[in-house]
Amino acid sequence: MAVRAPAQSEQRLHVAPPPRVRLRSWTGLDAAVLGGSVVTGISLTWLIFRLTPFSGGLGFIGCTFLASLTVYWFIVRDVEGPLAAKDKLVTVLIGSAAVVVLMPLVVIIVFVASRGLKALRFNFFVKTLESVGPLDPATAGGGMHAIVGTLEQVGIAFLISVPLAILTAVYLNEVGGRFARPVRFVVDAMSGVPSIVAGLFIYAVWIVQLGNSFSGMAGALALSVLMLPTVIRTSEEMLRIVPDGLREASLALGSPEWRTVLRVVIPTARTGLITAAILGVARAVGETAPLIMTSFGASILNANPFSGAQASLPTFVYSLIRSPQQSQIDRAWTGAFVLIALVLGLFTLARILGGRAVGGKRGPSLASRLTSVRRRLS
Amino acid sequence: MATGTATIEHAPTPRPVVVSRTLGDRIFRKLSVGAGWGAFILMGLIGMFLVIRAIPALRASGFGFLTHLVWRPDAPSPVFGIAAVMFGTIVIALIALAFAVPLSISTALFLTEYAPRTLRRPLRSLVDLLAAVPSLIYGMWGIFFLQPKVIPLSKWLSTYFHMLPIFRVRSDGFLASSPFIAGMVVALMIVPICTSVMREVFAQTPPSEKEGALALGATRWGMVRTVVLPFGRGGIIGGSMLGLGRALGETIAVAIIISPVFTITPRILETGGNSVASLIALRFGEAKRIGLSALMAAGLALFAMTLAVNMVASFVVARSRSGKGVEI
Repeated sequence: MAVRAPAQSEQRLHVAPPPRVRLRSWTGLDAAVLGGSVVTGISLTWLIFRLTPFSGGLGFIGCTFLASLTVYWFIVRDVEGPLAAKDKLVTVLIGSAAVVVLMPLVVIIVFVASRGLKALRFNFFVKTLESVGPLDPATAGGGMHAIVGTLEQVGIAFLISVPLAILTAVYLNEVGGRFARPVRFVVDAMSGVPSIVAGLFIYAVWIVQLGNSFSGMAGALALSVLMLPTVIRTSEEMLRIVPDGLREASLALGSPEWRTVLRVVIPTARTGLITAAILGVARAVGETAPLIMTSFGASILNANPFSGAQASLPTFVYSLIRSPQQSQIDRAWTGAFVLIALVLGLFTLARILGGRAVGGKRGPSLASRLTSVRRRLS
Repeated sequence: MATGTATIEHAPTPRPVVVSRTLGDRIFRKLSVGAGWGAFILMGLIGMFLVIRAIPALRASGFGFLTHLVWRPDAPSPVFGIAAVMFGTIVIALIALAFAVPLSISTALFLTEYAPRTLRRPLRSLVDLLAAVPSLIYGMWGIFFLQPKVIPLSKWLSTYFHMLPIFRVRSDGFLASSPFIAGMVVALMIVPICTSVMREVFAQTPPSEKEGALALGATRWGMVRTVVLPFGRGGIIGGSMLGLGRALGETIAVAIIISPVFTITPRILETGGNSVASLIALRFGEAKRIGLSALMAAGLALFAMTLAVNMVASFVVARSRSGKGVEI
């Protein structure tokens, strides 16, 4: 754990920093000891599994893990003492927890790709389920109607929720007032509304109360309920890192508040707001539960989002994965692959844009520091 | 915020500032305040419409809605209740928490204290990406990939730990599609939200305290145990509760994995379980008049429960974030 305070005072006071001491707690020797322990652990477990009736892949991994940790602990305790042994044991445990969390991500992507890529052909994007029979192999495609539906529903949800969300974020960060805190609280609570409840709500209002049919529009409304809190909170964070100096400069030049927000604050936070919107879309694209009861899903192409049931990628996958026919299951995996590729693409895009900071590379830290300085002064 | 009152150091009392806003500004303020209120109104509407639609079912079932174990709302004499599904929901959520909380605490510590500085941002993005993977895909992965790998573990648990009632199985009991497997998958889905809350709170540990611990000769684990974890206690509790809120409402992944039964049993390794959200998703297509209303009532119960859990959670997190009384 390197000491951070000198680096900060350097920036604030422009004093030459004291030479930085690097507290390296992880050396090549440590890595070698850990590696050796793992090898020992594997060998030991292999021996146990050969001599006793233990079996199973997961069991092997678990036993290896325990054996390696024990060996590692004994070695470090012998060399460096019990305190260091405990410290390093915990380091390894915490590191492996992070691996356990991130491993499934890789496994999921590889697994979906391995099942979905097999049957992915161009005609997945140009044929609908109506034009391919259920017994046709998955390579015959048939996802076009679902892709059209997803694009339309998510597009409409985008148009509804993003302006509303940015306006709310502007309220929370620029206007403020007595109700900003409760509104923030409600937005937080809203982000915890189960997606199926959002679907039931739109079904109760839009379909039962107002007498509309299942439609892409209903699906889009449900998706916007789910997108709103995500976009509001991310946009708010993004507006917060716009330096107050810019606002003050704009106001001092005599521009009214709305002009300051529209011409100075929002353009400065532009990439951040785009990131917020994309993250909202990424959340909405994969939602299945609310669509079951709003856009319902269909096997024919319905390009009109305002009337009649409409397919979407999630409902397409959800209905086919429960089918008894292998070809339909394969088709579902292809759809799942397209879906996860879409989500990954959107997410990466958001990160690339979001990684670019407000006003140059060193912007955010500088900006936030400026903001905090100004807040403290006022 | 943009037009705060400016104070000058020498003046004992600030000069009162009279703000006269232009018409444009007044419209702008009204609009944005309206948007802010929109969130309130939306939440109110969700609650109101669920209540309105749930009334016929609640009237038909009466108090039995909370105690009945069956779900036959469209029968000539409707009998239905959420006791079994509510129990199933809570069981799955607790299993998920049992896996997710230790993993999240460790991952959050890894991201704030242990990972190399240059790796922290990309790793954080990867954890966030875990949250972006659709629920549907988690469910499919759970049933096709994870389940065959977990069944031996279930078998092992049921063989060697059958003295615990939760690990007991009937002699003919199948081990697929169990709450245990569903809980594991849901755990993976709530790890990102738990981790991000805990990470934020851990990151606000005052550096001076951490440095103090290190200067007194603590190892890194000693520092984490005596400084970071006590400071982050609110974040750990709040993050776990937020995760619980998400786990209660998880729908499609559970609907794909579980094979729905309407019993209350502590045997989590066995086939069969249920949750409110998956009940709604699975029964929506076949529901008729009272059936739909009953599903609305179930949705209302779920909404109320998640709302309560989430509100307590954000309250806990908000309180723990203050860091007041700490000099930096």
